[in-house]
Amino acid sequence: MLRLDNLTKTYRTGDRALSGVSFTVEPGQVVGLIGPSGAGKSTLIRCINRLVEPSSGQVFLGETELTRLGRGALRRSRRRIGMIFQEYALVERLTVMENVLSGRLGYVSFWRSFFRKYPTDAVSKAYGLLDRVGLTDHVDKRADALSGGQRQRVGIARALAQDPDLLLVDEPTASLDPKTSRQIMRLIVEICDEHGLPAIINIHDVALAQQFVRRIIGLKAGEVVYDGPPDQLDAEVLTRIYGEEDWSATIRAVDEDEALDEPTTSDEEYLSPESVLDRERMAGLS
Amino acid sequence: MPTVWRRPPLITNPRLRWAVYLGSLTYLVLAFASVDVNWMRVYEGLDRGLRFVKGFLVPDFVSRWGDIAQGMQESLTMTVTSTVVGILISVPIGIGAARNIAPLPIYLVCRGIIALSRSFQEIIIAILFVAMFGFGPFAGFLTLSFATIGFLAKLLAEDIEDIDEAQAEAVRATGAGWWQVVNYGIQPQVMPRLIGLSLYRLDINFRESSVIGIVGAGGIGATLNTAMDRYEYDSAAAILIIIIVIVMIAEYGSSIIRGRIQ
Repeated sequence: MLRLDNLTKTYRTGDRALSGVSFTVEPGQVVGLIGPSGAGKSTLIRCINRLVEPSSGQVFLGETELTRLGRGALRRSRRRIGMIFQEYALVERLTVMENVLSGRLGYVSFWRSFFRKYPTDAVSKAYGLLDRVGLTDHVDKRADALSGGQRQRVGIARALAQDPDLLLVDEPTASLDPKTSRQIMRLIVEICDEHGLPAIINIHDVALAQQFVRRIIGLKAGEVVYDGPPDQLDAEVLTRIYGEEDWSATIRAVDEDEALDEPTTSDEEYLSPESVLDRERMAGLS
Repeated sequence: MPTVWRRPPLITNPRLRWAVYLGSLTYLVLAFASVDVNWMRVYEGLDRGLRFVKGFLVPDFVSRWGDIAQGMQESLTMTVTSTVVGILISVPIGIGAARNIAPLPIYLVCRGIIALSRSFQEIIIAILFVAMFGFGPFAGFLTLSFATIGFLAKLLAEDIEDIDEAQAEAVRATGAGWWQVVNYGIQPQVMPRLIGLSLYRLDINFRESSVIGIVGAGGIGATLNTAMDRYEYDSAAAILIIIIVIVMIAEYGSSIIRGRIQ
């Protein structure tokens, strides 16, 4: 589905952010990308939709080689790649609906978007997405009037409005409290499951990554140093990714967290979307 | 452990530091000493100044009302039209002069236009346009439009360069075209300030319109100049009072609007 081949990025300042990164993401697979600050996580996902221009190497999305595309073709390919940002990156002074509809910009002409005359199916889709992320009551509010968790939900709806084939998620929970972080991660993973959507999620919080994704890639100084399931992340691997540190607390915290979060001791790691949804409803969240 | 701490000085080298202090002080003393004040002339001038002020205490709106009304109308027309035209031209130039969204050749051309517009004072441009197009408000209109471009385009460009890039990046990531990125990612961020600056420029243009009238570019300035030349200080006072009132109204009105659009 998504294939990175020997992707390298050297910034003009001479900083080598990525050196020879290669991996493949299968359809419907959600990958957590972890690594210390400055390891090149943000650069990596931005090289995929070429918000950052890679220095060498190739990126394939399906059959398309993204790294070869000209400007027009790149724009058309970007429509297929939804992106969710750290600190939400909503256009603050636009309404929630405008933010969600902006996911359709690649599909409509400038004048249509200028006069906000979107096709009816785009509008009904946007309403549907806002309903899905639980923001039906906030359609006409300005984005900066929402709370952090609500804003990130708008960000998710905007990315989904693109009808993407791939989600790139950059630190979705960086400025959210632990509970909201879990809700947002759960929502993203659920949606990916519903649509069979592959995703790459940059994430700082190792425990959170372990809880929600089934494959983890560890990046250190621009190189892949771990690629495997979350339950094999032990002190040795964490040291390889982040460097020497006392990891016992981190790992134990993960266990406690899961124990707290999943009182039913099921063997299955993965929670079905329905059960999650039920629990959220019980908590009055969605 | 030391018990005394001093903030590191701006200039680390003490010799250089004291040289700069002493040099500045010497220059200041010499500069003040070189200002030549003729105290006798000041004393005589006080009397003339008093006559001037006395004239202003009894403003005469009536005897020259026709001229005043016409000058005012010209000035207001000049102000509004030049502000509108100036904004219309300066928005594209301002966008072109923002380094983060414009390609280098366009950036250089737009910055050139801005530099040209800003390097000449309104009066000088007014003299040029009066020479080219004759006396009257048309020269004033052109002058103010030209000056508005330099002012608004520069501030707009700087505002665009200061935007939160993440918002524009997010719009770009959806596959939006360049104009769509400007419309969705940038315009909402700079609009309140652009409106505020436009209203401020309307203010400035009105005040300038009364100044450039003095060099023949029409409007209330021309009327004021005529009144001064005829030593009709009472009529001049009436004109100044009207200008002050209008500037205050504009000031108050624009502050209300600016407060609302944030």
